[in-house]
Amino acid sequence: MDINDIIKPENQVYKKPALLNDNYMHYCPGCSHGVVHKLVAEIIEEMGVGEKTVGVAPVGCSVFAYNYIDVDWIEAAHGRAPAIATAVSRLYPKNLVFTYQGDGDLAAIGTAETIHAANRGENITIIFINNAIYGMTGGQMAPTTLLGMKTATTPYGRRVDLNGYPLKIGDILAQLDGTCYVTRQSVHTPAAVRKAKAAIKKAFQNSLDRKGTSVVEIVSTCNSGWKLTPEQSNKWMVEHMFEKYPMGDLKNL
Amino acid sequence: MEKEIRLMKGNEALAMAAIRYGADAYFGYPITPQSEVLETLMAEQPWETTGMVVLQAESEVSSINMVYGAAAAGKVVLTSSSSPGISLMCEGLSYIAASELPALVINVMRGGPGLGTIQPSQADYFQATKGGGHGDYHFIVLAPSSVQEMCDFVGLGWDLAFKYRTPAMILADGVVGQMMEKVVLPPQRPRHTDEEVRQRCPWAAMGRTPDRGRNVVTSLELDSAKMEVNNERFQATYRQIEANEVRFETYGTEDCDYLIVAFGSIARISQKAVELARKEGIKIGIIRPITLWPFPHDEVKRLASKSKGVLVVELNAGQMIEDVRLAVNGTVKVEHYGRLGGIVPTPDEILDAFKEKIYQK
Amino acid sequence: MAKIRGAVTVNEERCKGCNLCVVACPTQTLSLQPKEVNDRGYHFAYMSNPEACIGCASCALVCPDACIEVYKVKLD
Repeated sequence: MDINDIIKPENQVYKKPALLNDNYMHYCPGCSHGVVHKLVAEIIEEMGVGEKTVGVAPVGCSVFAYNYIDVDWIEAAHGRAPAIATAVSRLYPKNLVFTYQGDGDLAAIGTAETIHAANRGENITIIFINNAIYGMTGGQMAPTTLLGMKTATTPYGRRVDLNGYPLKIGDILAQLDGTCYVTRQSVHTPAAVRKAKAAIKKAFQNSLDRKGTSVVEIVSTCNSGWKLTPEQSNKWMVEHMFEKYPMGDLKNL
Repeated sequence: MEKEIRLMKGNEALAMAAIRYGADAYFGYPITPQSEVLETLMAEQPWETTGMVVLQAESEVSSINMVYGAAAAGKVVLTSSSSPGISLMCEGLSYIAASELPALVINVMRGGPGLGTIQPSQADYFQATKGGGHGDYHFIVLAPSSVQEMCDFVGLGWDLAFKYRTPAMILADGVVGQMMEKVVLPPQRPRHTDEEVRQRCPWAAMGRTPDRGRNVVTSLELDSAKMEVNNERFQATYRQIEANEVRFETYGTEDCDYLIVAFGSIARISQKAVELARKEGIKIGIIRPITLWPFPHDEVKRLASKSKGVLVVELNAGQMIEDVRLAVNGTVKVEHYGRLGGIVPTPDEILDAFKEKIYQK
Repeated sequence: MAKIRGAVTVNEERCKGCNLCVVACPTQTLSLQPKEVNDRGYHFAYMSNPEACIGCASCALVCPDACIEVYKVKLD
């Protein structure tokens, strides 16, 4: 059978979601952000809620998330996305309001905003990209950087006496009465991508149903920051990150 | 609700005015001497009547970012704080200004620097008028001198903020916040419906309808050429505000030989000093800038030019005097009298300072 | 027994040559262009072994840049 007989509209089983626009993404080759962006766009499209969705973008590599997903966006100051999402969600209670934040944004400079929004049980979804490094500023230590892991500001590896311990913020958020769903996912294999998609979809539905705060932590790679190829990064993540940040639901009410 | 005459504190008037001018939301964090604003709102429970959202945030940093979120979504929003809290909000204010959003921020000033004191002060003049946060920005600064103005400037602040898509600040000192006076509360202004928000704020991020592209509220622009254009647009707005929105009040300036420049509660105390002086045959006039930014440079210059000397009276070590000196530009003697640390001068003290520093027998 | 045939299209200009689709493909259908590059200089992905494709969309699922669209037919 000729390829051209297969490549026909009626045979299409997978396509780029329309909400993910044609803007060329600034992310490095193999970056997990792209996959998660694609999932967010797919889910909003499938749920048919594009008209009532407001995303809040962070500071970090995904600062430009608003360039790629065709919904309304507010670009937050570093760490402040949950405060912004709080206001929008309270003022538009029928809207789907989500933040998209990295580990530095969510678990360092924005810890207070994140914990208090979650503790108030704001009806928002927090998508948390944990790649254990600051990507945008050039690969410095993040609160989630593993012990021994080399970054631009831990050039000899993260040391407890110098830098303290990696912060398992997902576990902390799961302890709060305001969260209804806290899950840890990844997007390094087709199966993982499918699971992550189901998790984000569930989180979005929780927000629409006003069940409290949902947190989807995506343990991710930063191959540029980690100084590995995308393929090696995935392997390294499975071997090292998953031990500290195990996959699965931390809370599911 | 019809208009209503009440006896209340300045801080309470701010809260009541917020409800009656149709606020969609207030986000704040307690700090003396303005905690009555949040307390009054919580006691009034406006969410039961107008649907207004009132939320006690975990910090001033969070409050101002909630304000940013609400403003980005086209809503009528305010926060209030006092000096140390406003310092924390300066990051957010810079973002709000850079994202061209309307919002109202109230600073009921207390003595600083640092934790300072909870007593009244006007030491945040620089912070308010010169931009406390980073970057080239301004916002409109209204300085009330009465409880009635505390009320009225809430409405005026929002009107100006939405007209120019810029933050506005009510810069009150602790005296105006804490004192009780008769105030006429305005009739209830209805809150805007979501459809009205869409019409009046077509830029608002509130959900993308099929008739438009996505709305993105951001202060980020990495392309220098575009960022310069953005900055030029901000500056053009500021020039418009300077041309159209200067507000001030004068007292006894028709026949004065000397001039006092003072704002907020100190202008009222200075007025008493002027009355005392006139009994002694000394003719002093007062100009009270109501907008501290834009500053009434032209009127100060005009009045100073026909005076023998100018005294600037402030609850600080000399801040507004810099704008007065810029306006006067060396043509007349300009001196400063201020009390620090939360002390409010009496009319006699002001008159004595005037005689010592300015008066020529 | 029904046989499945698949095919993918790659948006060559969007592709950054990260190789994750190549790794994810269970049938070794995909490769990166060994010599040819796109306008940005990336060796983009292509079907080097088109007959092997089963249209499972594994490649498209893991693609960070949403470059890949997938087609599938059942052959009787």
